Amino acid sequence: MSVLSSTSNKLPEGPVVKGKLSRDDIMMRGGMMVIALYLVITLAFPLYAMLSKSFSTYRMELSQYEFQVSDEDGVFDGTILTGAQLNRETGAYEDLELSTGSDGRLPVTKFFPDFSFRSPVMYMVRNTAAGGRFLVGSKLHNDLEWVTLDSNTFRRVQLRPVKATGVDNFVNYFSTPALFNSIKNSLWIAVISTIVTVTLAFWFAYSLNRSCMRYKGVFRLIAMAPILVPSLLPGIALVYLFGNQGMIKELLFGASIYGPIGIVIGSVFFTFPHAFMIISTALAISDARLYEAATSLRASPWRTFWTVTIPGARYGLISAAFVVFNLVITDFGLPKVIGGQFNVLAVDIYKQVIGQQNFEMGAVVSVVLVVPAILAFGIDRLVQSKQVALLSARSVPYQPQPNERVDRLSLAYCTLVAVFIVGILAVCQFAALIKFWPYDLSLSLNNYQFDKMDGGGWGSYYNSIKLGLLTAVAGTAIVFFGAYLVEKSNGFKLGRALFQMFAMLPMAIPGMVLGLAYIFFFNNPSNPLNGIYGTMAILVICSVTHFYTVSHLTAVTALKQMDREFESVSASLKQPTMKLFTRVTVPVCLPSVLDISIYLFVNAMTTVSAVVFLYSPKTSLASIAVLNMDDAGDIAPAAAMGMMIFYTNAAARIIHLLVSKGVLTRTQAWRTR
Amino acid sequence: MKLTAKNFTTFLAGALFATAAAAETELTVYTAVEAEDLARYAETFNASHPDIKINWVRDSTGIITAKLLAERDNPQADVVWGLAATSLLLLKSEGMLEGYAPTGVDKLDPKFVDNDNPPAWVGMDAWVASVCYNTVEAEKNGLTPPTSWKDLTDPMYAGHLIMPNPNSSGTGFLDVSSWLQMFGEEGGWAYMDGLHENIARYTHSGSKPCKLAAAGEIPIGISFAFRGAKSKAAGAPLEIIVPSEGVGWDMEATAIVAGTANLEAAQTLVDFTVTKEANEMYNTGYAVVAYPGVAKPVEHFPEGLLDAMIDNDFEFAANNRAAILKEWQSRYDGKSDPKN
Repeated sequence: MSVLSSTSNKLPEGPVVKGKLSRDDIMMRGGMMVIALYLVITLAFPLYAMLSKSFSTYRMELSQYEFQVSDEDGVFDGTILTGAQLNRETGAYEDLELSTGSDGRLPVTKFFPDFSFRSPVMYMVRNTAAGGRFLVGSKLHNDLEWVTLDSNTFRRVQLRPVKATGVDNFVNYFSTPALFNSIKNSLWIAVISTIVTVTLAFWFAYSLNRSCMRYKGVFRLIAMAPILVPSLLPGIALVYLFGNQGMIKELLFGASIYGPIGIVIGSVFFTFPHAFMIISTALAISDARLYEAATSLRASPWRTFWTVTIPGARYGLISAAFVVFNLVITDFGLPKVIGGQFNVLAVDIYKQVIGQQNFEMGAVVSVVLVVPAILAFGIDRLVQSKQVALLSARSVPYQPQPNERVDRLSLAYCTLVAVFIVGILAVCQFAALIKFWPYDLSLSLNNYQFDKMDGGGWGSYYNSIKLGLLTAVAGTAIVFFGAYLVEKSNGFKLGRALFQMFAMLPMAIPGMVLGLAYIFFFNNPSNPLNGIYGTMAILVICSVTHFYTVSHLTAVTALKQMDREFESVSASLKQPTMKLFTRVTVPVCLPSVLDISIYLFVNAMTTVSAVVFLYSPKTSLASIAVLNMDDAGDIAPAAAMGMMIFYTNAAARIIHLLVSKGVLTRTQAWRTR
Repeated sequence: MKLTAKNFTTFLAGALFATAAAAETELTVYTAVEAEDLARYAETFNASHPDIKINWVRDSTGIITAKLLAERDNPQADVVWGLAATSLLLLKSEGMLEGYAPTGVDKLDPKFVDNDNPPAWVGMDAWVASVCYNTVEAEKNGLTPPTSWKDLTDPMYAGHLIMPNPNSSGTGFLDVSSWLQMFGEEGGWAYMDGLHENIARYTHSGSKPCKLAAAGEIPIGISFAFRGAKSKAAGAPLEIIVPSEGVGWDMEATAIVAGTANLEAAQTLVDFTVTKEANEMYNTGYAVVAYPGVAKPVEHFPEGLLDAMIDNDFEFAANNRAAILKEWQSRYDGKSDPKN
């Protein structure tokens, strides 16, 4: 090991230095193992549990039941028939009919073609294997005793399935058109929303980066606002705008907002900031020399746009498209609120699990949902890895020139988008203050009496803040330390590569799937970590893991600014790495550390899908309350709670801004000489 | 003197400790009762039993049932207070309920008590299907009020109806299972085929159709009477219609979850739930309660509701639940896809 590390680092081998290095190396590797273990336990194991659940089926094991039939006088002659035999003889049930869910029941009278509930014939039934189960009415029999029943009671016998393993669930899924349709719906919605969002965000980012229009700062702020609210909030606003009692429903010309139209408009709203951020970064760096060349070649602006601007931003555009696609296809809250009868995969999972208690089928849909998400993610990674630095040392940063027509057009366009974003939020705030839409338009704060509503009181709001803070603190520590170890430890190439891969994986796993996987893994009584089920801890862990990737990438980027030589220098100064870490690395990366914290806080406040299966009475959350209040028909209070989340997140952002400023002036003085 | 003072302090400390220890009993109670009633239920109970603290887990019937079934091998709840009897029958058939005959159970209407000995659950009140009809919006759309379930299949109501999805709502399942019982298996599905043509969309919760009708979003909501009465009391232009064929109903019931660590406290709570006092408390919102002679008419409740309640077969509903839901889903869920 020491040979490996010293060769990769090209350090002069001195006995004392080597000793010091090794100890640090071991410590760093130990640390990396701990964090890797964290990711394995909170990500790999639950996903594995879910995958195995999707192959766990329930089958009627007919050979496990025995029957006896008496004659007309109620006397049994001792002939014993098994269920399997009876089914063969009568052909009562097809093979696929015997595969069922955990809730499956099979009546037995079909096995006896002459059965009549009025006849004096008696029946006996029993399990032949321990743990076999059948019901008489609702009474469970799971022992091996014979049960003697008259005809009228015998018709109340229902066999219960036993656990088995197989692909029956997938066969069932793909042969149910109602479920299968959702794949098509989900893909379609995601593609349309992606095209619309990326187009809108591109022109918005273009206006801000390539024109000299005014109020750029304001527009930048407004564009980021949707990130501060749960994805179902635009759905609620759309109901008020375009519902049957909507304020401007005429604009839809009779089309219904409940369905694909609503999902697309809402998706554009909540994915806009993500697309805008990525594209804006891509447009911000560009080489002015290319434009100069285009001008001197007398290329038309249109031609310059297609030959210079678009190719320059293409990686950003592709990345934005995949991010939006992933967000839309995995989102659950919005289609639930405004989707009407338009089924999508994420809502199907919810319906299977919550409505039908069919956890196996929920796992199957989850597996189906993960496929496009992972594909999109994989392609994006592939494209990104091909990206080369656009900005070389000789580049001249592009400076937009004032152009009255372009600037005015940009301002008009940005204003339109801003009106859309602010409008959605304003409608929610308005709805929250109206007493009884549309019959009593007087203002009141009644809708803020959350304790009286179905779905969650003020307690859930405080829980959310607690979750946000805990996630921010614990998450930042875990993520930053993990990134540091991966970035700065020596050697151990395989381990580092594996760790990198694990850190990227959460991005591809939809929150809904992660939450369901957590039920399967952590609610298993034989799991030693079972105790965290139903506590705040599992919500924090789930949130940290769910938002791991972006935080990890931020941390890695920040750490890359620091030359690895720092470690070598500290090693030759015989300083322990941890001292370097706390004295130099953390202070230098403080702005990024703060960014990670606020990212985790805001997301923990707004997430619905990751925690909808995991919250418990003591840990109900504000975002879940929005969902549940809307579900119960308390739409105005749902809007009110959604706006509470918005104001809280906005306040957190402002605090973050102030703190960052203060910290920057104090600790980052070295950046400016 | 000093000794007495010391004794007194010891006594005081002991007493304090004792109350602290007694007050420590916390029961996790799963419920599907409307949120606005829960605080009142807990208050009334705590008036006579201040030593037991109730931690409510409130969600819709479907979700609470799912939660309980998911926790089958590791139950988190001590008591279920206010869940559909059909759901409790599901739990009973999984062996998840602790049989217990609460003190005074013999005073209840036997219809409201599980027929096992000891009973696995005891009923509280009945919860009855109804149609919420928004008179203002109906008039705008030129509709006439329906009087029967069959009326609702009239093309006049196309797109003006909303009902809960039985796959996620207890009320929705209650409707479907009552239609299957009233109209027979074939007749029931034929009826729902016709109804489906008029349904604008299916909601996840049972109270939402009525709240949407109250808000005028959709003129007619298939929901339950209690919700309708509340929305009407809140000033919504609603009429609560009891279809002439009869209405489905389910009861809210109470049971102890097998394996609870707080059996004694759980039994104390269940004892309370069958008292006359508790039944008077249920009567605030429900017109039909388990304790005979308690029920007083509830404001805004439709007339003739009691007589319209069908002879409900809970066992049929529980044992055929999976099959009915599967059939329903394959017929109507996602069927609104334009092509089908």
